[in-house]
Amino acid sequence: MKRGQIYIAVVLMFLGMMLAVQFRTTSRMEDNFPISRAQELTVRLKDVQEERDALLGQVKDLRTKLDKAGKSGNAGEAVRDELQKARMEAGLTAVQGAGVEVTLNDSPRELQQGEDPNLYILHEEDLLKVVNELRAGGAEAISINEQRLLATSEIRCAGNTILVNTQKIVPPINILATGNPDTMKSGLEIKGGIFEQLKFWGLIAEVEKRDKVIIPAYSGPLAFTHTKPAE
Amino acid sequence: MWLPLLGLIIGIIIGIQAPSLPQAYAQYMSVAVLAAMDSVFGGIRAGMEKKFDDTIFITGFFSNVLLAAGLAYIGERVGVALYTAAIFAFGVRIFQNLAIIRRHLLKK
Repeated sequence: MKRGQIYIAVVLMFLGMMLAVQFRTTSRMEDNFPISRAQELTVRLKDVQEERDALLGQVKDLRTKLDKAGKSGNAGEAVRDELQKARMEAGLTAVQGAGVEVTLNDSPRELQQGEDPNLYILHEEDLLKVVNELRAGGAEAISINEQRLLATSEIRCAGNTILVNTQKIVPPINILATGNPDTMKSGLEIKGGIFEQLKFWGLIAEVEKRDKVIIPAYSGPLAFTHTKPAE
Repeated sequence: MWLPLLGLIIGIIIGIQAPSLPQAYAQYMSVAVLAAMDSVFGGIRAGMEKKFDDTIFITGFFSNVLLAAGLAYIGERVGVALYTAAIFAFGVRIFQNLAIIRRHLLKK
């Protein structure tokens, strides 16, 4: 029996060792898992932010070069004006003029049990419809929460946020548009139109005519890698 | 009785000092722990029935641990939770052995 006890002791030693290791591993997993995940995400966020900053710097640099090219003597006055106009139309300069200011927001109503919250929040579709209506009403330049809408701008749903020009947009949403204030306002508020649909779900949708709205320039990079002028 | 307890305590101390295990192996370790517990209870039971055999005990311990960890490994590879088989078998046996040990203790 003495030898048996030694064997049991050896086996118990292994058992104790495994138990202790397992215990530590499990508690470490519980303690550290969210932290390591957060760290991973932080690192990625930092990377992406650096990349974005680098790209913004590149854009600024290129814009300055373009400005210089436009200003240098051999380019004539007419070419420069043309360039300026093209840049304004492309959305690369801040613009101002008469227009409207549209404010949209999620429904302020308390959600009842069992109700689908999706019905009472703004979706990218709503924004698209409003922008479409503004364009139909003759909007010349549009910005959504300081993001200038270009011909290539997207308005899309990404998880629980809306992306415009790949930037996150969160309610309250402020849309500025230059153009004929009357036609744009009446286009939005027309019977059976987009505002009526939004208000049906309790969403907040307001439009105000403004004598002067200032719309910022597009700040992101422009890439036409696949497109060339046709001959 | 004091020798096995001493072994357990030494094991726990070693385990606390040992470098910690990568999380990927935690699952293997958990079934191995269960297998070891099964062997220990089986050994105690055999000891009480005066049928204890060192060789059977030691080989049983290591083969149980290895089989359990191996099942967990294969199960992970083929996408079937095979380690549940080990958990089930060892779990049932541990409780059975415990019941028999309890009876022996009460009879004394």
